[in-house]
Amino acid sequence: MNNAWLGFKEGKWTQSVDVRDFIQLNYHPYEDDGSFLCGPTDRTNDLMDKFRALQKKEQENGGVLDIDVDTVSSLCSYAPGYLDKENEIIVGFQTDEPLKRGVNPFGGIRMARTSCEAYGYKLSDNVENAFKFRTTHNDGVFRVYTDEMKAARHCALLTGLPDAYGRGRIIGDYRRIALYGIDFLINEKKKDKAELGKNFMSADNIRLTEEVAQQINFLNLMKEMAKMYGFDISQPAKNAKEAVQWTYFGYLAANKEQNGAAMSFGRTSTFFDIYIERDLKNGTLTETEAQEIIDDLVIKLRMARHLRTPEYNELFGGDPMWITESIGGMGEDNRTLVTKTSFRILNTLRNLGPAPEPNLTVLWSERLPEAFKAFCAEISIDTDSIQYENDDIMRPSYGDDYAIACCVSAMMVGKQMQFFGARTNLAKLLLLAINGGTDNVFGTKIGPQMGPIKGEVLNYDEVNERFHIYLEWLAALYVNTMNCIHYMHDKYAYEKSQMALHDTNVERLMAFGVAGLSVAADSLSAIKYATVKPVRNEEGIIVDFITEGEFPKFGNDDDRVDMIAHDLLHDVSEELKKTPTYRNAVHTLSALTITSNVMYGKKTGSTPDGRKAGEPFAPGANPMHNREENGAIASLNSVSKLSYLDARDGISNTFSIVPDALGKTKQEQIDNLVAIMGGYFGNCAHHLNVNVMNRELLMKAYEHPEDYPNLTIRVSGYAVNFCKLSREQQREVISRTFHESF
Amino acid sequence: MKNICRISSFQSLGTVDGPGVRAVVFMQGCPLRCNCCHNPETWDFNGGQEITAQELFDKIIRCKSYFGKNGGVTFSGGEPLMQSDFLLYFIPLLKVEGIHVAIDTSGCILNESAKKVLELCDLVLLDYKYTNDSDYLNYTGMNLSTVDLFLNYLENIKKPTWIRQVLIPGINDDEQSVIKLFELEKKYSSIQKTELLPFRKLCLEKYKELNVPFPFAHIREATSEDVERCKKIASIK
Repeated sequence: MNNAWLGFKEGKWTQSVDVRDFIQLNYHPYEDDGSFLCGPTDRTNDLMDKFRALQKKEQENGGVLDIDVDTVSSLCSYAPGYLDKENEIIVGFQTDEPLKRGVNPFGGIRMARTSCEAYGYKLSDNVENAFKFRTTHNDGVFRVYTDEMKAARHCALLTGLPDAYGRGRIIGDYRRIALYGIDFLINEKKKDKAELGKNFMSADNIRLTEEVAQQINFLNLMKEMAKMYGFDISQPAKNAKEAVQWTYFGYLAANKEQNGAAMSFGRTSTFFDIYIERDLKNGTLTETEAQEIIDDLVIKLRMARHLRTPEYNELFGGDPMWITESIGGMGEDNRTLVTKTSFRILNTLRNLGPAPEPNLTVLWSERLPEAFKAFCAEISIDTDSIQYENDDIMRPSYGDDYAIACCVSAMMVGKQMQFFGARTNLAKLLLLAINGGTDNVFGTKIGPQMGPIKGEVLNYDEVNERFHIYLEWLAALYVNTMNCIHYMHDKYAYEKSQMALHDTNVERLMAFGVAGLSVAADSLSAIKYATVKPVRNEEGIIVDFITEGEFPKFGNDDDRVDMIAHDLLHDVSEELKKTPTYRNAVHTLSALTITSNVMYGKKTGSTPDGRKAGEPFAPGANPMHNREENGAIASLNSVSKLSYLDARDGISNTFSIVPDALGKTKQEQIDNLVAIMGGYFGNCAHHLNVNVMNRELLMKAYEHPEDYPNLTIRVSGYAVNFCKLSREQQREVISRTFHESF
Repeated sequence: MKNICRISSFQSLGTVDGPGVRAVVFMQGCPLRCNCCHNPETWDFNGGQEITAQELFDKIIRCKSYFGKNGGVTFSGGEPLMQSDFLLYFIPLLKVEGIHVAIDTSGCILNESAKKVLELCDLVLLDYKYTNDSDYLNYTGMNLSTVDLFLNYLENIKKPTWIRQVLIPGINDDEQSVIKLFELEKKYSSIQKTELLPFRKLCLEKYKELNVPFPFAHIREATSEDVERCKKIASIK
């Protein structure tokens, strides 16, 4: 056995890559509370001060500290960068200086150019020239887009498509570097390549063979990159510090190579715990030092940056990276996967203060240790920086070594990858169906041309039938658009580092999405239960609605409308499955908007539910703002009726409650939050963002952002620094339903 | 017994009216007109909406999984004991489901069916609004002795009771009043807890809508400091 593995229990994992097997054989479940935890050391505090000073400068500079416009971002294209070389425990930045952003034109040169210009920089001629004769992902996609795809994109029926930047949502199994060292991994890939060479050289086989060759190249580059920082990662990590450093190098390589929308970290804390436990047992590490290593890793993750355009920020506010780390959950053998390091990583929110990144995600199970549940609830109440996802409904599909990419997308680490599919706007689709193929905001004629619905009052059966005609049309268009995007992404911007840290024969998921679910459901409910009179313009296009009478609204635990929402999600899911996907990816679906619900609303006309043109949608699967009349549990119940089987890529729900409404004392608040999550997830709901705060606090931060530089809130699927949101996004957050006491 | 009642509203998440996470049923109708009343929309016995036992039961059952270890249902109002005929029918249905039931009452009524309801429920939240006769009469229209009789009954049947008082600055937050309130705990073994609820004016909008003047509109809201100060007084004495 390799010396680095001394003290570990051997198994399948020693012969071939199998991180899960290593974890299962070697980890120590922890059922107790957080009383063993250590606070930040002076060293950590000093480092945080340096980071905060840079962060302040970044804000003052308009959101970007500096850009290296001369270099194309890659694994070894920058000299090593440090925040404080002598005092950092974990090292490595994307460029040669902290918070300096690199340019990554592989997704599209125009995007790189305009991002530089937006912050007063100019992309250098040598980068421009280097890409003059190079096809980018964006070039490739637009060569094959049909007119209809362009039109759907133009009128925002399909939005946020990853056709000009990295698609992201791929999680390399960065742990593999720590456990095996790069040389072992290269060797395994070489064996895979040799096996592929025995197959018939079909287009698929040739493509995969070339991909594996590229993966091997990039594994070598990772070694080189680490060497620049003075580390040899060809061999396995020998202790906890190295395990974290090796793993982080893998992540760093991915971030240097790709500017994916979501660059998630995986499920590392219990893996790290095995190394920490070994070092603690050997007496080579103290608890203070263990916490320092985790604190330092988290500081590094908080300092990751990508260069984006202002348009991108309008869609995804707050400069997000979605460095999601999945924590806890249960094993298939019923032991909890919570370890002391699950506590240590959550403890960074105390030691370093609340922050949006990394996107700490607790995998909730009814059977999690009660002390851990209470600890999470307490940190949630204090920091608003945790999201929760239901391990009990994900485990049956993804096993016990999956992680969340982005906000709510589960995948088996190193065994599955995702083709990110952005989302379609269901409210707009409904309006398109009512208008029979004319978009009433952009005037675009698209889809089957049936002309606007006739008559003084909308008839539910007629609208519903039409909606399904348009849904069928859109679903095919949507899948085909995704197929074009991901074919070209694979061809021109393949994720060599991340895919090198996957099995060669990986399962692919194609993750579609919907926005405006509650608006569409309430609108159909209004048409069914109230009287909705269309208002037409001179050309006969329906541009508004007069809605008279009461109708049930999503968020009140009323089956009449909740089942409309349920069926919508189900029908979308089923329609998508009718069109085959690129590389036989499995169709999945999410109800998730992040902050783009503001932008979708802006581009959507008035809807029959009473929402006026331009007004924001509710985020994710949330009920529309201020339509809940029966309190928070009724609202949670409505969302929990949406089936995870229909939306295996996640159903996002953001829950905001004022502290007083959660209980009178801190202990009561903790107990009650645990009970609420127990009830919600017990109903097979999927995801919950938890904010415990007063609306007044947000109002103050809106008026005086300078006083609240670190105010973190959870929005659909991720945490964000409130002050980094656009004014419009801030107003939308403030207008959301806060569950209050009475 | 009745299988239909009048409610003002149903709140699926309550955490301030009894222990744990609770569904709160605001019953419609109240014979009192307290100056500090926070729910004027619940006064009118003909207001609100009718709901059958089945409908209400279904709503509550949908919340049951959130109740955790010590949550349940609280009947508030309005005055829930004015609809005792319904509660006598309804509470046993909840008990079969193992649901904890609390009654939030002013203690203004103690007829035979009210007594039976008090026996059936698990916890009584008794509003003990003032500690002297004149304030009680002036600000609620009922006598202090009525509440004391009610409390005596709870003591007799050994019903777990929480005393609750809305702390109103300048009215009942003086030392003497606070001491008297907390002395009840010594006198009655059934009292498990005395809660001070800060006076708030979030109800102003409701009064405006009903076109009824809010008699305590001129009084300032109580702060958490007020509550802490009074708790301190109580703990010293």
